[in-house]
Amino acid sequence: MTATVLIADDEPNILITLEFLLQRAGYQVLLARDGDEALQAIQAQRPDLVLLDVMMPRRSGFEVCQAVRADEALAATRILMLTAKGRDTDQAKGLALGADAYVTKPFSTKDLLAQVQALLEAPR
Amino acid sequence: MLSPALVVGTALAYLAALFALAAWADRRGAAGRSVIANPWVYALSLGAYCTAWTYFGSVGRAASGGLWFLPIYLGPTLAMVLGWVVVRKMLRVARAQRITSIADFIASRHGKSPLLAGAVTLITVVGIVPYIALQLKAVATGVALLTTPPGAAAAPPPAWWQDPTAAVAALLAGFTMVFGTRHLDGAERHEGLVAAVAAESVVKLLAFTAVGVFACWGLFDGPADVFARAAADPALRGLLRLAPEGARFAHESWSGLLLLAGLSVLCLPRQFQLMVVENVDERHLKRAVWAFPAYLLAINLFVLPLALAGLLLGGGAAQADGFVLSLPLAHGQPGLALAAFVGGLSAATGMVVVETIAVSTMVCNDLVVPALLRLRRFAAAPAGWLRGIRRAAIAAVLGLGYAYFRLAGEAHALVSIGLISFAAVAQFAPALLGGLYWKGGTRAGALAGLGAGFALWAWTLLLPSLARSGWWPGADLLQHGPAGLALLRPEQLLGLQGLDGLTHALVWSLGANLALYVGVSLVRRPDAAEVAQALRFVDGAGHPAGGADAAPVFWRGRARPADLQALLARFLGPARAQAALDQHARERGLPGAAALPGDARLVQFAETQLAGAIGSATARVVVARSVEEEALGLDDVLRIVDEASQLRQYAQALEHAGAELRAANERLQELDRLKDDFMSSVTHELRTPLTSIRALSELMRDDPGLAPAQRQQFLAIIVAEAERLGRLVDQVLDMAKIEAGQADWRSAAVDLPALLQRAAQTTAELLHGRGATLVLELPDTAAGPVPPVLADEDRLLQVLLNLLSNAAKFVPAGRGRVVLALACGPEGATVTVQDNGPGVPPAQQALVFEKFRQGGDAAHRPAGTGLGLPISRQIVEHFGGRLWLRSDPGQGATFGFTLPWPTAPAAAPAAQDQTGDPP
Repeated sequence: MTATVLIADDEPNILITLEFLLQRAGYQVLLARDGDEALQAIQAQRPDLVLLDVMMPRRSGFEVCQAVRADEALAATRILMLTAKGRDTDQAKGLALGADAYVTKPFSTKDLLAQVQALLEAPR
Repeated sequence: MLSPALVVGTALAYLAALFALAAWADRRGAAGRSVIANPWVYALSLGAYCTAWTYFGSVGRAASGGLWFLPIYLGPTLAMVLGWVVVRKMLRVARAQRITSIADFIASRHGKSPLLAGAVTLITVVGIVPYIALQLKAVATGVALLTTPPGAAAAPPPAWWQDPTAAVAALLAGFTMVFGTRHLDGAERHEGLVAAVAAESVVKLLAFTAVGVFACWGLFDGPADVFARAAADPALRGLLRLAPEGARFAHESWSGLLLLAGLSVLCLPRQFQLMVVENVDERHLKRAVWAFPAYLLAINLFVLPLALAGLLLGGGAAQADGFVLSLPLAHGQPGLALAAFVGGLSAATGMVVVETIAVSTMVCNDLVVPALLRLRRFAAAPAGWLRGIRRAAIAAVLGLGYAYFRLAGEAHALVSIGLISFAAVAQFAPALLGGLYWKGGTRAGALAGLGAGFALWAWTLLLPSLARSGWWPGADLLQHGPAGLALLRPEQLLGLQGLDGLTHALVWSLGANLALYVGVSLVRRPDAAEVAQALRFVDGAGHPAGGADAAPVFWRGRARPADLQALLARFLGPARAQAALDQHARERGLPGAAALPGDARLVQFAETQLAGAIGSATARVVVARSVEEEALGLDDVLRIVDEASQLRQYAQALEHAGAELRAANERLQELDRLKDDFMSSVTHELRTPLTSIRALSELMRDDPGLAPAQRQQFLAIIVAEAERLGRLVDQVLDMAKIEAGQADWRSAAVDLPALLQRAAQTTAELLHGRGATLVLELPDTAAGPVPPVLADEDRLLQVLLNLLSNAAKFVPAGRGRVVLALACGPEGATVTVQDNGPGVPPAQQALVFEKFRQGGDAAHRPAGTGLGLPISRQIVEHFGGRLWLRSDPGQGATFGFTLPWPTAPAAAPAAQDQTGDPP
């Protein structure tokens, strides 16, 4: 069964890019344009993996990650955080909050796909 | 009446309790849990000001003089409240110079003069011994009052070996010797003694108040009743007024008493001892400043009511002294009378003990030891003699006091001695206070002043009192003056009439004292030692700690450390000497006493330590003998002071620089952080378009079979993002340059209407594309052309385009309306750009001017960088204007800026500093 991936980012161009990329790789793709939409979609649709941008309006990626990890029912959701911010502290924060992996922009499409695959295949 | 055995037994039991209390306090002090390290104890100990003279005598004074007993307590109250800074300076100086007594202070300040120390000591003995006798007399009178059957004549005084007063005196001598000579070093306090004195203050306050309460409420219906009845009695009415009926209020007498009592707060040896020498912590003074006056108030509350009650109940004014005892006794309260006696005993013994310590210290340090030093025998004697001499002095002082008491009996000389004593010690005031604040006071001046003051005091106060008690032959001295010279009459000296005896004496003695102190000091230049001491005393009290490094050292010569150590060991004991030297060495960063060099600082330290034991004057003599000293000239002293003050200035300047450096460092760190934030935001903004560009490029590269339509879309996005990136880089550079002050600004006359039209034309297509209309509102040129403003035309255009494009982004599609308007005001021109978009909520109105913040959310956000408004604001402010936003949500937004008209001299733009800040 194809895995479902939710892409959450406020930049429309990035959404377009990632949607194309992941669909071409064979995943089912959901889109969210801000933190609230993302959380709702996660709760409603239970995607297998979430590509979560950090800088988003309404609810930041960190807050969404925290909320998902606080919810027992969503424990199976893998989270991959994306950001353009430069600091190591953000990476550490993300991982501390429960993200499974962290990718900085701009990324290599190959690397991103590899990470996504690895996360989805890893045993829980 | 009570049985003598009961009374004497009570007295002895009370003294035994005092011993016990003092011993307990001493033990606790030795164990480190000092009882006297408490500001209340300090404040209460000052209550020793109220002696038996005030316990009994003030009631007596009130009975004959009404309210005229008050100045004796108002004086100290005013002195403490108004002059506590003086006391504080005194505390600090005394601590730094290890002062042991008043004589020590005056002598040390005026060049460590042994002569001055001796003079002060002699004056003190002459003045205070009779005062001590008065206390013993009060005790004796109290015993007699309690044990004499009513109506019987007073018993003849018993032989001195059967006299209970003698026993009391002996016990007090013993008490003082045991608890007052434990430590000879000025640094250690007499814990037991001070604790006992403080306890006695409490006892006498309670006892007096108890009798007062009894008199007012037990014998009458309260103080109001007492006063009412007194007012109704013609004989007593006068006591309630300050001036007798028909006469004027004697201001000068009142003021004289106030002055005298105020000065006595510092000049009385017992007050100096308790307030200055025994002070443990300078901060206790703050409590004492209000607590001591409060105590005085409390203990005086019932004086007048008690006196009036006694008089109303038939006592005569002559017996008023004993009302405290006789009233309870006569009205069936023997227990209360006994308690009152104990209170009076407290008052007497407290005074005697402290006064004796003070006087004996002076006698020992400033009379006996200097005399003995002249004898070669003493040079080799062991130091234990010091304690012995001190104790002998105590015994001698108390012995003299008792002897005076026996000899004077009922003589006038004893009864009036209280104020006469005050006046004697008041002679110390000019040298004491002048020495503390005036560097010009010299030894010669102090000697002259003291000499004249004492002589005049003796002539105008002591002599008349002796004459009145029949001790002076030639009874017409007071009427006709010595050998018939009327001008030299003791109570109307040089024709000064109309003053009461005390005020007259004060005017002459203090007047001459002060005049000679100042006059002689100005006439004769001080020598090196005096200048050095003056500097130490007047200037050196600035820092409570008296940093040893900061103070200049006034000494030149050579000394052997071993000699100095031996000297210290002689007077302080070997263990204490070693400990003190080790401490000094540690403070100087040396390993131990053995490492101390024989330099000036060591000598000064040794001298100061010794001063605590034997007084500064003697210490000076003793140290000078054992070292090779070079006489310091006056200019040497001044040079040393100069160097010290230069050093101080350097140190201060260094500190300032250090503080400034720290502040600058903090500012830099703050700016660094801000820069980090900015950098972080910039990198984020730059990476975002790069992400799409890279990812889409990779997608196209990796998928040759991409549909053309899809490829076109991707390429379009790539191009758009690249453009966005370019714009962003430009703006970031622009912003950075403006903030670094490196942007190029050109200032010329700008025709605003023309500029606005240009801006409108440039953005016309953009607005048209969104279906919006642009309205241009320019002022009516009929009133005259719009004056030009001084600005950079290109930059202003940049601002206008930014505002217009923002408006274009946010107007609703199809029905957008943007109004570009120019208005001329008195201050300057105002340009506004109004749109009918969604507006900006108040919470975000400040935010839009922040870097990288953009209105709305990203999905609807048109291409923008988030830097446009901040840059626009910088531009406008550079030319002295203001950029602002007014908006109600749902009603659109109006961005506007004002630019000032150029003033006659081209005004520097107010925002110049902004662009000058480093990023």
